[in-house]
Amino acid sequence: MFYFTFKQAARMCLLATSCLGAAHGASSSAGVAPFAKYLQECAACHIAYPPGMLPAASWQRLMGTLGKHYGADASLDEATTHEIGAWLKTQAGTYKRVSGEPPQDRITKSAWFLQKHRAGEVPPEVWKRASVGSAAHCGACHGNAAQGNFSERDIKIPK
Amino acid sequence: MKLSALIGAGVMHFAALCSPAHAISATEQFAAYTAQAGTPAQAARGQALFISKHGKEWSCSSCHTATPTVEGKHATTGKAIAPMAPAFNPERFVDAAKAEKWFRRNCNDVMGRECTAGEKADVLAWLLTFKR
Repeated sequence: MFYFTFKQAARMCLLATSCLGAAHGASSSAGVAPFAKYLQECAACHIAYPPGMLPAASWQRLMGTLGKHYGADASLDEATTHEIGAWLKTQAGTYKRVSGEPPQDRITKSAWFLQKHRAGEVPPEVWKRASVGSAAHCGACHGNAAQGNFSERDIKIPK
Repeated sequence: MKLSALIGAGVMHFAALCSPAHAISATEQFAAYTAQAGTPAQAARGQALFISKHGKEWSCSSCHTATPTVEGKHATTGKAIAPMAPAFNPERFVDAAKAEKWFRRNCNDVMGRECTAGEKADVLAWLLTFKR
């Protein structure tokens, strides 16, 4: 479900890039630049979390508190903050199960995340392994997380 | 007057969209920080700053490792971080605005304040001692 959301966004941007590049050269890059900036700025420190994994209100709060971003200063200049924030608003999750704002606006504290990763599925000791380190490190088990692909088929829990 | 201002703004807009960030070399960036500091940099002092904690949870080396020729790993997210030494990663310190952005944020995380030009020059002096 999330996979498609993210892929669609990526595909739209690719399309927009090629069309704009051919037809308008340097004209408006709306819809292209924000996604590229999201990758450049946010995915510098962590994977590009699919925007559909959090509701718009959570993204808005996150983008307003980047100076204190889960223990790190992730602040950006005002224009970039605004641009990425506006894009996230349009891409945020609207599925019923994503509509609730999770505690601390953490994807990993969302009800659906906890359900998917319940003890019966992921034994508690797995989270403590150095190879996993943190629930924010999706790529530890989801090998294609950076591409927005969280398919169960691709899960490989490290030792 | 109004028209020329509009055209001027248009050109600026075009330039901002199309031209790449002003490229410099790591050596030029080092020279700029040193000039700003007004005193000679010291590589040993830069190393000490890089590998020590400064009253907070992290040092620079918590994520970058104490060996700037190898890949680091983000302390929270686990994401790989390319080497810091310019000789081992030619993309380091070739964009002044990018260098400033990261120094500003990371010094705040490690030291609770921004680094001085002298401190940045020291760190860069140390990173530039690594040769292939």
